[in-house]
Amino acid sequence: MSTPLALPEEFADLAQFEDWALETWRERYEKRLASTVEEMQALYDAITPRIEEILSYCDRHDLAALPDEVRNLMFLLFSLCEASLPVEIWRQPRVPDSGAADLTMVAEPRL
Amino acid sequence: MAHFPKPAEGSWTQHYPGLGTGPISYRDSFDPHYWQQEIDSIFTKEWLCVGRVEQLSRVGSYFTKEFEWANRSLVIVKDQGETIRAFHNICRHRGNKLVWHDYPGEETSGYCRQFSCKYHAWRYALDGSLVFVQQEEEFFDLDKENLGLVSVACDVWEGFIFVNLDPQPSQTLTEALGDLATGLAGYPYGEMTQRYNVTSKINSNWKLFIDAFVEFYHAPILHQQQSTSEEGQKLAAVGFEGLHYELFSPHSMVSSWGGMAPPADPRMVKPMENFLRSGLFGPWDKPAVVDNNENLPPLVNPSGHRAWGIDSFLLWPNFMILIWETGWYLTYSYWPDSPNSHTFESSLYFVPPETSSQRVAQEYAFSVFKEFALQDANTLEATQSMIETGVVDTFVLNDQEVLCRHHHAAAREQVAAGRRPDSYPWMPAEVSA
Ligand code: FES
Ligand SMILES: [Fe+2]
Repeated sequence: MSTPLALPEEFADLAQFEDWALETWRERYEKRLASTVEEMQALYDAITPRIEEILSYCDRHDLAALPDEVRNLMFLLFSLCEASLPVEIWRQPRVPDSGAADLTMVAEPRL
Repeated sequence: MAHFPKPAEGSWTQHYPGLGTGPISYRDSFDPHYWQQEIDSIFTKEWLCVGRVEQLSRVGSYFTKEFEWANRSLVIVKDQGETIRAFHNICRHRGNKLVWHDYPGEETSGYCRQFSCKYHAWRYALDGSLVFVQQEEEFFDLDKENLGLVSVACDVWEGFIFVNLDPQPSQTLTEALGDLATGLAGYPYGEMTQRYNVTSKINSNWKLFIDAFVEFYHAPILHQQQSTSEEGQKLAAVGFEGLHYELFSPHSMVSSWGGMAPPADPRMVKPMENFLRSGLFGPWDKPAVVDNNENLPPLVNPSGHRAWGIDSFLLWPNFMILIWETGWYLTYSYWPDSPNSHTFESSLYFVPPETSSQRVAQEYAFSVFKEFALQDANTLEATQSMIETGVVDTFVLNDQEVLCRHHHAAAREQVAAGRRPDSYPWMPAEVSA
């Protein structure tokens, strides 16, 4: 990959998690299921210590017209929402005892 | 030890004498004959919620609804006069399905000026009237006036769109909603347009999932790990008690405590909840439109308890509205695909976020909600398969499961009557209007 993920300069180091910059919940959920807890822990450890800084950076932009690099940052935060559950409580990618249960997203807000 | 007061009779269940306190049979949750009776006497006779007016934002917006259990497909549309109408999704020429994309069996939505049949291009206006016939002169005595789309009873309450498959519904929507029609009116549903809509095929009878959502007795146990371990153990030791239960037969409600949004002590919740100020109870910061819950609808938070967290209303037969103290709402629908399967549909509705922080807080609330839903869904399959063995015939329900007992009983009454009964044996005779 030649061009790294576009991110605000302050957070350029997060480009290493570019394959978590996903637009839809379904993609993020599948990425979660396909990842190891260690991989999700790395994302968690990279973002959570700076989360206040990241949120206030995003809040300085109009949500209805986010520049691409801020949108990408938001997608990383959405992926963190998804990945934090295996990291903080389950210690495994899947919800325990969820078997074959699955959800189809019919409509979701988009950035 | 009761933490919250119960009615004078000593229990919520005995507050409705006639509901009984004995064990109940769950044969009603797998018997194919009974399931068909439910379809015939409940689902094809009652008003069923199919969506929100916000899904039909402009003239010509439409969506389809597949009711496989009744072998029906419907189109719901906003017509030229901005009236929301429902039609059977069948062309009057030779019966082709009128509205579909790619796969005829899949639900779809979109926008059009007219409906045009894919087969021979007959066209219908948004109010269902037939407006164009290809090679009209080839037909014999064509009575176009009487070849409009077949309409389905459709009405709107508080922005929720309902249809009724009965060609002559015995009640209006307002009559069918009874006390809930005014008791739940006035909440700013229409301001909460940020919507997450999910569906899931569940291998259980439709009533079993309702059972799981009208009792919280299971919550401290099945969902224990979702809390921090110390908090989870504490919750499991205490168990669950509702603040209030009430029957508006066939409808019902349970009011429950909350208290974790925000928590008294930040150590009670997961780190992410503190980072994002959000969790299962939704974003912690209430939107302005709920006015600090000063103007809740009359039936919401009936006990007025300061620990109030959420009210769950079951709008008979298969629709639930959950109003959260934090200022958002959630709906569930359960569509009975077969005696031992159903389609679960849920929507989370938030006020549109103004900032990125608010947007992320909502996303996290969805993420957490979905973990609970997946746990619940899979447990149901395990329950369904075992009750079907018939090894155990009857099951015991406690007082916190009064709404499960009621919901099965209300279905039984309606199946016996073949239609919505005029009264229920457990309800007081003088129901004041
Ligand atoms: S079936 Fe629709 S136009 Fe012929
Ligand atoms: Fe649950």
